[in-house]
Amino acid sequence: MSAERGAKKVRNRFLTVLAIISFAVFLQQAPNLLDGYKIRIMNMIAINAILGLSLNLIYGMAGMFSLGHAGFMAVGAYVSALLILTPAQKTAMWILDPIAPWLLGVHAPFLISILAAGLAAAFFGWLISMPVLRLGGDYLGIATLGFSEILRILITNLTPITNGPLGLKGIPAHTNLRVSYGILLVTLFCTVRLMKSNFGNVIKAVRDDETAARTMGINTFQTRVLAFTIGCFGAGVGGALMGNIITTIDPRMFTINQTYNTLMIVVIGGLGSITGSVVGSVLVTVMLEWLRFVENPIMIGSTQLFLSGKPGMRMVIFSLLLIGVIIFRREGVMGMKEFSWDRLFSFFSRQRGDAA
Amino acid sequence: MLEIKNLNVWYGAIHAVHDISMSIARGEIVTLIGANGAGKSSTIRAIAGLVKGAKGQVTWTGKDGRPVQLLGRPPEYMVKLGISLSPEGRRILPQLTVEENLMLGAYIRSDKDGIQADIEYCYRLFPRLKERRGQKGGTLSGGEQQMLAVARALMSHPDLLMLDEPSLGLAPILVEEVFATISEINREGRTILLVEQNAYAALRIARKAYVLETGAITLQGTGAELLENPKVKEAYLGG
Repeated sequence: MSAERGAKKVRNRFLTVLAIISFAVFLQQAPNLLDGYKIRIMNMIAINAILGLSLNLIYGMAGMFSLGHAGFMAVGAYVSALLILTPAQKTAMWILDPIAPWLLGVHAPFLISILAAGLAAAFFGWLISMPVLRLGGDYLGIATLGFSEILRILITNLTPITNGPLGLKGIPAHTNLRVSYGILLVTLFCTVRLMKSNFGNVIKAVRDDETAARTMGINTFQTRVLAFTIGCFGAGVGGALMGNIITTIDPRMFTINQTYNTLMIVVIGGLGSITGSVVGSVLVTVMLEWLRFVENPIMIGSTQLFLSGKPGMRMVIFSLLLIGVIIFRREGVMGMKEFSWDRLFSFFSRQRGDAA
Repeated sequence: MLEIKNLNVWYGAIHAVHDISMSIARGEIVTLIGANGAGKSSTIRAIAGLVKGAKGQVTWTGKDGRPVQLLGRPPEYMVKLGISLSPEGRRILPQLTVEENLMLGAYIRSDKDGIQADIEYCYRLFPRLKERRGQKGGTLSGGEQQMLAVARALMSHPDLLMLDEPSLGLAPILVEEVFATISEINREGRTILLVEQNAYAALRIARKAYVLETGAITLQGTGAELLENPKVKEAYLGG
């Protein structure tokens, strides 16, 4: 029994390493195989997965309905960009107000800036969590949404630091497949380890039954603060990566729409499922791009179909799809389940069994 | 060990517990019986730090002999002092396995060997839990969930174990099994405060008993005395 389990464990570990290596080889070859547009989408999948995982930790696993993700992404994106831009770029860009002198010379390499972005977002997350996490349910959603808007308005108006509504341009496109998927892998590894540890169970206990958690001596408030702060760290990292692929950021990028995108990924994938966030990210990112065809005129033969290509049409269709998911599969694609090799094998053997 | 003086509990304007006083000595089983809504749970929850509107004095004297005031402290403080509550309705975490539930009970501890030893101890007390160790809490039967709730409360290695209605929703034969185990836990030196509606089962194993009616203590004595008391017989033991 235990020998069999041990063998399975070795097999599973082997398969995991094999899968990671073959995916890495694919990523290495991707620039030769795919055009720039497809590579851009692949990058966005990784970034959205990181964002989805971080929001899933807050909402799915710790049960805190947060609508503040965009604000923390903005903090991350700006911190990273301000650290990467050279003094010459900075002086040229600040035309409304001169840049704050202390900021001009601040500089850090890309990966350090990503880390700083995460830490800055985590700091803001920690700061807001103190008053806000005493609220629950919808009130928490409203309060975090408000805070996210405050951050955005601060960014718009703190011109000496953020260049105000003009945003930041000319950020080097540091985010490539190796970086985005490397960071996604680290994020996945950390999330899985965290949730498999006793702390993961503590988070779930606080979510599912606060009274039970408290009778076991768990400080539920501290646990929430910690989970929220870690989630905000992920939002900062995701925002920084996004800034470094789009190469320009401005405050309008980080409205509530950005939060909704991430929320969609988490809900479609499955609240509380790590696998779900990755699957959700692939689905949402690919669908949002693929559905662009409905915004162009659709021709059948030589006659134009009833729509002459309305911009925004894809959001209409996407929303309909989302409503469909909520009606027919409320728990999302994965539910609360996770991918495992054992589950995959038993799925296939069951299929074969049915056929025979 | 635990001295309660003039404890009052309010929920807003509702005065749920009136001026009750009781004492628990080390090594005893003390039971608090009474009908639905008599204030039993409010009393035990106040001791555990789960109720905000509690006034009075609850004094704990731990092994070091220093008295500590409990009211106003958060629940995690009580758990660290050595007071553990198995709450009403079991409150098992359905998504977690039996063993994960037990590990959560040991949340405040960091002595790996001690935790492992206590898990083994719980499995000895409730062999059924050992069989189900990898099963999700939600898939257990009511009796098994109650066993898990008691075992989980033991995992913080408490000096005082408080049980809120462990017989709730259990078949009579299971009630007997659970209560036999409670006596066994007590014989091994652990103090127990038992809150029960099932007066007969509770009085049979209790050394000392208090009867709570509409928030006030109306009777007290040894378990055996109260079993013979005509008032108790009429009100709680079915004549």
